Amino acid sequence: MNVLLAVPLVVPLIGAAVTLLLRAAPRAQRITSTLTLAGVVAAAALLVARTADGDVVASQAGGWAAPLGITLVADPLAALLVLVSSVVLLIVLLYAIGQDVGGLSRAMPQVFHPIYLVLTAGVCLSFIAGDLFNLFVGFEIMLTASYTLITQAPTRARVRASMIYTVVSLTSSILFLTGIALVYALTGTVNMADIAEKLGAAPPELRAVLALLFFVVFGIKAAIVPMHFWLPDSYPVAITRISAIFAALLTKVAVYAIIRTQTLLFARDDISAVMLWVAIATMVVGILGALVQDDVNRVMSFALVSHIGFMIFGLALNTVAGLAGVVVYLVHHIVVQATLFLVNGLMRQYVGHTSLRAIRGLTTVSPALALFFFLPALSLAGLPPMSGFIAKVALFEAGLAAGGWLVYTGIAAGVLTSLLTMMAIFRIWTRAFWGTPLPDMVEAKAQLRRGANLGGLRFMTAMTGVMVGLGLVVAAAAGPLAEFSFVAARDLLDGGAYVQAVLGGGAP
Amino acid sequence: MSTPSFILVVTVAVLYSGGFYLLLQRSLMRVVFGILMLGHAANMSLLLTDEAITLPPLLGGASGEMSDPLPHAMALTAIVITFGVTTFLLALAYRVWLGDENDEVPDDVEDRRIRRLTEPEDSS
Repeated sequence: MNVLLAVPLVVPLIGAAVTLLLRAAPRAQRITSTLTLAGVVAAAALLVARTADGDVVASQAGGWAAPLGITLVADPLAALLVLVSSVVLLIVLLYAIGQDVGGLSRAMPQVFHPIYLVLTAGVCLSFIAGDLFNLFVGFEIMLTASYTLITQAPTRARVRASMIYTVVSLTSSILFLTGIALVYALTGTVNMADIAEKLGAAPPELRAVLALLFFVVFGIKAAIVPMHFWLPDSYPVAITRISAIFAALLTKVAVYAIIRTQTLLFARDDISAVMLWVAIATMVVGILGALVQDDVNRVMSFALVSHIGFMIFGLALNTVAGLAGVVVYLVHHIVVQATLFLVNGLMRQYVGHTSLRAIRGLTTVSPALALFFFLPALSLAGLPPMSGFIAKVALFEAGLAAGGWLVYTGIAAGVLTSLLTMMAIFRIWTRAFWGTPLPDMVEAKAQLRRGANLGGLRFMTAMTGVMVGLGLVVAAAAGPLAEFSFVAARDLLDGGAYVQAVLGGGAP
Repeated sequence: MSTPSFILVVTVAVLYSGGFYLLLQRSLMRVVFGILMLGHAANMSLLLTDEAITLPPLLGGASGEMSDPLPHAMALTAIVITFGVTTFLLALAYRVWLGDENDEVPDDVEDRRIRRLTEPEDSS
């Protein structure tokens, strides 16, 4: 039994129990959850080191050999995503702690910490689950935690939004369960490596139906067009730290599940036209939505939808280069999206809202905030030195190598989306950051100065800065990251190493 | 290999169609009932995976006749999850009702904005 694999799942759950007991002692609670997440980061870093050569680490819980027992598997992609997610979770946690210490939040910290750690466990389990049913359980842990988090500091709007969010997620979960039942009826197993071997013998029509069902299930959770409508209505309404984590991680977990199921279970050897069309629609519809929004959080939510399309595009190509591009894009997008939502949170602290109609001259109010917005925003649009540029170039190169008119249309849509993203960003920039600050903004800032909250606010700003720095690190480490992503992509397309690690080396 | 019980198949089909129909209603209570029905449908389709579902699981005895216990275990887990989330949904629906004194799903924000754009601006 490989203990390392169990850490990202078990340690946060224990941490959740401890923080729940410590709810009368906020300081101890903060220390516990920070240490817990630091432990997960360390374990994830070790996992990445173990899988860097393309090895797949598998662990059979309780010593029951697969396909009978519960299997936890970390291939390079899963290990990398656990690492990036836990780092982002840790930074957002520190940001939230700064906000709580400064008394700047209306969320209930005693409830926030345990649920946040449960969410961490769910995210990690979804990444390392070796069978479909555990993937389902991982998703449910993550989503149930998110249902509770989205209603933190409940207002009328938040309750409404979370109702939409819960019903949509639950519908997709039920479809997921139906898919599991169908796969089990067909193959008699839920272990993904085992399914991959047995599904090859299944009739191609049934395989196609199941592949489409799973694409829809995770497509709803990843908010790809035409299943995206719930996201811009629910994410921006939640409090900032929550929407930052939702935007950064939850949709990416779903994208990961799409990659895992479509490459391992329903492996194919040609370009998927359906996925390409979906990718093009997602990119264009999402960014057109972003262009007409008035609230910065809503702009970012629509941009989030649009950029999921890039990942589906890379997956549709079904080549090593395409999937490697998706891996880089996933890492880039998790970090950048979290940063932008944290910046929006700071904006809300300074101004009290995020509506573009009533914000002017933020550069004068807080130069640091302007810088922290500008760098990740450029990265999102894909300007040269940033990680977004590297990720997009990797995807477009893979597309050019694959060829075909539909792929070229996809690349054109991608370029158009990048340009429109730039437009959306400059719209925010010219409206919110340029110009002279409105009188009530100056007043709000003076009031913030007079309050005793400055320490907490400084800490929040510092954490946002750390997140911006993380984005720059992703860009600077593009070489090793690209190498790693090619290793991960080769493992994904081959599938042999994964099956071998789970079924072959079954001994604990 | 025997075929799954016809009645079970019909029940699952009715539960799915009824569930999705209720899900598309405007009243939140009906939406919650829709989710409940869909949950039952998914759980029953788990039971459909085994043709020997009428036999007891594990305790087949020497004859070796027993049903597959795994769908039972999965259905049990799924029941617990849907039960928990349904409770949460009911609480949410109650909160919505407390806030607004009605439990209808509101119009989409974007739809409302677009409608406002098309309305003549003579109200001022």
